[in-house]
Amino acid sequence: MSTTTVMQERDVKKRTFMQKMFKIFGKTGTYTFLLIMALIILFPFYWMIISSLKTLPEYRQAIPTFWPNEVMWGNYSKAFTTANLGNLFLNTLYVGVVSTFASLIITVLSAFAFARLEFKGKEPLFGALLATMMIPGELFTITNYITVNQLGWMHSFTALIVPFLVSVFYIYLLRQNFMQIPNELYLAAKVDGTSDIKYLWRVMIPLALPTLISITILKMMGAWNSYIWPKLVANDEAHQMITNGLRNAFTDTTGQADYPVQMAAVAIVSAPLFLVFLCLRKYIMQGVSRSGIKG
Amino acid sequence: MVESKQQWKAWLYLSPAILLLLVFTVWPIFNTLRMAFLDGYGNMAAMGGATFEFGIENFLKVIDYDKFLDCLKTTAILCVATVPVSTALALLIAVALNSIKPLQKTLQTIFFLPYVTNSIAIGMVFATMFNIVGYNPVERAADTWGIINLVIQFFGGEPISWINQGSSYTANIVVMIVYIVWNALPFKILILLGGLQSINKQYYDAAKVDGTRKARVLTRITIPLLSPMLAYVIITGFIGGFKEYSSIVGIFGEKMGPPDDAGRLNTMVGFVYDALEKDRQGLASAGALILFVIILLVTMFNNKVIKKHVHY
Repeated sequence: MSTTTVMQERDVKKRTFMQKMFKIFGKTGTYTFLLIMALIILFPFYWMIISSLKTLPEYRQAIPTFWPNEVMWGNYSKAFTTANLGNLFLNTLYVGVVSTFASLIITVLSAFAFARLEFKGKEPLFGALLATMMIPGELFTITNYITVNQLGWMHSFTALIVPFLVSVFYIYLLRQNFMQIPNELYLAAKVDGTSDIKYLWRVMIPLALPTLISITILKMMGAWNSYIWPKLVANDEAHQMITNGLRNAFTDTTGQADYPVQMAAVAIVSAPLFLVFLCLRKYIMQGVSRSGIKG
Repeated sequence: MVESKQQWKAWLYLSPAILLLLVFTVWPIFNTLRMAFLDGYGNMAAMGGATFEFGIENFLKVIDYDKFLDCLKTTAILCVATVPVSTALALLIAVALNSIKPLQKTLQTIFFLPYVTNSIAIGMVFATMFNIVGYNPVERAADTWGIINLVIQFFGGEPISWINQGSSYTANIVVMIVYIVWNALPFKILILLGGLQSINKQYYDAAKVDGTRKARVLTRITIPLLSPMLAYVIITGFIGGFKEYSSIVGIFGEKMGPPDDAGRLNTMVGFVYDALEKDRQGLASAGALILFVIILLVTMFNNKVIKKHVHY
């Protein structure tokens, strides 16, 4: 064996060794980066939970504790009564369930008409609907505020539910889904004399279930997170939504407020969304990646 | 025969949607335009029988109102600062997530968590993290500087008044940027990771055969092929940024600023709602239309810049 080939072999060995090292370093670096970022993302949640379990003097210590010395579960019951969270939960749940249910019916019927039925002006109408999606919601809010006022809906659940029942985006999403279902199924059902409603219920809805679940979750999240519209039209005690109630109950974010109780309230309000997310992760992430709207 | 039956059936099924859209979507478009061009329009006054001249006074008033310019400034600063930072961070995280196998799903779930939170509620958590609690008059110092300041002190820096009485505008803006970026990451990571996973593996295999370096693979393969998603994320980021409102309410409360300077961090959307609640719907409409035009222009500009760099 000549010396050059030996040297070449050694070179190759050295290079693969270097590549391996690079790979290991790269992997460690990647994981380190991701873990640090994950910690930053998680930190506020951790801080919320441990703060919510501290006594006020402990919270105020110059050197903070990273686990409460004395676990104060009492903060949670105090938060519940201070912010009247029970009432707020019920209000929000009511608005969320009713508006989701009604919205689903309207969306399914419209999407069915656009996907399966032939009628004059279908394409222009659909185009016009899509065009409204480009206009920012603030433009509608101003007039809707006046409309709701004139209809005498101020301070009622109706004002919170009705203006947002139709979402062009959801109609669009479901129509796309319905169109993927072969038309032959519909024609076969027609031949068999099945009614539209029965066909929808037996065939279309089961096949489009993932989209419907995504819509349901996004709509419920919307009710849970809505703030501006409820603040404008129904900020009274009987109709207050959870976010508004939370914000109103703890107006001070600086200075001398009772932070542990405040954090307990925030934790209570955040918990349901977390639970839903952990159970239905797939649907939420799918829905969000297609819609790109928060709440 | 079937055709005509389908006709009325279609309209029957569409009727609830159309009725609601006419009242709450179509009518507002016309009415908002109308109110914007009626000088000093207010709904209460209108119901009381007052009439208003046609004119552009509302628009002039909005532009002339120096608080509106402050709102515009705050909104623009938040947009320009948060969109590039959150996009770049999201891209790094998405690329890193895409390159690993173990823990990928878990980390992906963690990175999505901020999305399923209430921006007002978690804003309150951020406020406590930046907040100075309990000023102690004897020692002339705060009892606790808040966890963020403690971290700064740990690394040898000076504590800063972030959101309390006497805090500076810059400090307030920094807090908002941190919070908005934290909030904006999940959606961007989700979209970019989805894009990365749909890139054909063959490109990477080819690069491997050629022995292309990692950084070059990123700039020459990943980013160009990801550019449509990047464009989407940037454009929606700007649109969302110009509508920023509730994240500020989350941290500062409805005062929209530190205790000694309420309204300092008000945004365009905040301006519109303030005018609306004060029964100055003409002014609110003009403000909303100006916001709409700004968003439209920025989006068009983004599109133009992006078109040069996006490979579909």
